[in-house]
Amino acid sequence: MRRAFLFLLAAATLPGKDSCLDCHSQLPGDLQKPALAFRDSVHLRNQFTCASCHGGDPNSDDPQVAMSRTRGFVGVPARTAIPKLCAQCHSNPDFMRKYNPSERVDQYAEYATSVHGQRLSRGDTKVAVCVDCHGVHNIVPVRDPTSPVYPLNLPKTCAHCHAQAAYMAPYKIATDQYANYLKSVHWEELSQRGDLSAPNCATCHGNHGARPPAVSSVAAVCGTCHVFEAQLFEKSPHQPVFSSLPTGACVVCHSNHAILKATDRMLSGRDAICSQCHEPDSAGGETAAKMAAMIGSLQKKIEAADAILGRARDSGMEVSDAIERQTDARQSLVKARANVHAFAVPVISQPIQAGLAIAAEDYRAGENALHERNVRRKGLAISLITILIAMAGLWLTLQWIRSRRS
Amino acid sequence: MLPTQRGSRAKAVLAWLEERTAWDSIREFVSHKAVPVHSGTIWYAFGGVTLFLFFIQVVTGILLLVYYRPTPNDAYESVQFIMTRVAFGWLIRSIHSWSANLMILAAFVHMFSVVFLHAYRRPRELVWFSGVGLLALALAFGFSGYLLPWNTISYFATKVGTDMATFVPWIGPALGRYLRGGNAVGGATLTRFFGFHVAVLPALTALLLLVHLGLVQKFGISTPPWVQERFRRSGTEIPQMPFFPDFFLHELMAWYGALAVLGALAALFPWELGEKANPFASAPAGIRPEWYFLAPFYTLKLIPGHIFGLEGELVGVLGFGLLALWWVTLPLWGGRPDGSVRMKLVTGAGVALLAYLATFALLGYLR
Repeated sequence: MRRAFLFLLAAATLPGKDSCLDCHSQLPGDLQKPALAFRDSVHLRNQFTCASCHGGDPNSDDPQVAMSRTRGFVGVPARTAIPKLCAQCHSNPDFMRKYNPSERVDQYAEYATSVHGQRLSRGDTKVAVCVDCHGVHNIVPVRDPTSPVYPLNLPKTCAHCHAQAAYMAPYKIATDQYANYLKSVHWEELSQRGDLSAPNCATCHGNHGARPPAVSSVAAVCGTCHVFEAQLFEKSPHQPVFSSLPTGACVVCHSNHAILKATDRMLSGRDAICSQCHEPDSAGGETAAKMAAMIGSLQKKIEAADAILGRARDSGMEVSDAIERQTDARQSLVKARANVHAFAVPVISQPIQAGLAIAAEDYRAGENALHERNVRRKGLAISLITILIAMAGLWLTLQWIRSRRS
Repeated sequence: MLPTQRGSRAKAVLAWLEERTAWDSIREFVSHKAVPVHSGTIWYAFGGVTLFLFFIQVVTGILLLVYYRPTPNDAYESVQFIMTRVAFGWLIRSIHSWSANLMILAAFVHMFSVVFLHAYRRPRELVWFSGVGLLALALAFGFSGYLLPWNTISYFATKVGTDMATFVPWIGPALGRYLRGGNAVGGATLTRFFGFHVAVLPALTALLLLVHLGLVQKFGISTPPWVQERFRRSGTEIPQMPFFPDFFLHELMAWYGALAVLGALAALFPWELGEKANPFASAPAGIRPEWYFLAPFYTLKLIPGHIFGLEGELVGVLGFGLLALWWVTLPLWGGRPDGSVRMKLVTGAGVALLAYLATFALLGYLR
């Protein structure tokens, strides 16, 4: 059966006539739309025809013949049949290798493990199938910015179903994920800084095998990107406690979809996350306050060094070495903030001390540069006075010579 | 020692010197040299100021050579070392850079004062030609020296500058390759620009400077035609001041003034080093050459891509070539064989050129 399909497909993809496209391009209204959309698709670019999916005979100009069941015409495939239809090519390594030797062919197998795939197999036709995410006739490669699954577009594509309260009601799952995700630092990174590797829905949930991460695997999912934080957390006193909570480890402090930019205010102060569990005078509260104070101190020292170096640079002093070294101080600060996930003062103390030493050295470099600038200005003043005296001397000499001459 | 003994010993030393240097004849010559005094006399100082700044360039340039290393790997770091580690290195480098700019400014002022005082006229045509040649050499000094710190701005400005050279008809591509030492600005460009800057251009400048000063000495300082005419009508002699010591002391005061300006600029606005050039990076926005190349640079930016089927850059380079030729030959079309000048034509041309250079340089700076 499969071999027969591929034979038919090969025949249908031979370059030449495509009577379906020819006719439908000239038909009015909705009958024309698929033909127009198909013109931009990756499939047409690779010489597939309408018959590749819909069957029929694209070599015949007679609609009765072209769309004859005897010629294999299937019309619009049933939703339940779509994943299998796509898989006939996309799960065939030999076939896909012709177009892209490194193209993955496990999408269908993964889909079968997803919540979408499992529900579909039980006859739920509301769940997403291939065409709901990739488009129907106008399917383009994922790397194409117009693709619905291009990293920037994917959240909206998922939200098309998952943000609709009425549509999701039978499944009893929340519909605020998309709205929350739009507030997150991940979306900010993706949409504003253009970092296409920033997490979108598929990064945490998977794409073809989409399902929510289990509570026990949340830390591992976050840890695929936040490696150091995950390693520190694994050894921290919070690990056994947080992992047993129903929300999952990282989510306790950072939330899941609305992951906001982590700030030092999460550690101490009125809005601190730590204070939600730890009293200020408890051991945990004191640790949090100490860590916040250490990070705040390094932040201030770095800012002070930046300011004085900026003043020196604006005065024309050469302080590029110190300005470059400030990057190391900032890296120490980043490392100290990451080390917070160990929830232990000695662990963050090391990068803090390193950063403070660099910031202090840079501050001194700025001070020295400003001192040098002031010395130069004094030197300039003395030189100018000397030059003016010399000029006055020359003028008086000239007057004296002229008076003697006259 | 008695005063008479001291006097006789000094006379003996002078006599020894006189026998070997003919010092008396030089003193005699200098004592008779005079400079005309009129309302435009002050402009005569700019030639001397340009010369003074050139000497500063030579001295500070030699000092920079002690530490500078002309390779892409070392050039930037060596200049950084000069500015941060070498005692007064920052001052030497800043003075070298500022005096280069002030020298070109003084040379422009000198050139336009020669134009507006009509000092190029017969028999001083060769003084004008050699002077314009010296200005061209000063611009070449500026262009070649700009690359030497090997920072981002200088790298990309040199790229733009050598690109412009490739549009010279017929010889452009070969000229571009020759200047760069290859198809792109790189290590070969740096070493040959260094060679031009410290050997070829100084040698040519020294020769042309000798010719220029020799001719100035030969023909003396020119008097503007209207001053000559006024005194001819009144039947009186044009007032003169002795070159030595009067004009010399005036000139010395101007040099001191230039030194004060130079020192103030170097101390208050030390010349920036910028970031090290990265040939693989894309050109930063707002790349522009030094101020004295801004007018042609901005003009080329305004020229459309194609004009009458020719490339815009080619038309621009041809236009600047013709403009330069027209300006160099000013004594030929601005003066008459009898020594009189087409005063309105030359003054108008001078004002137009000055207005063009100033306006387009300003626009190029602001855009």
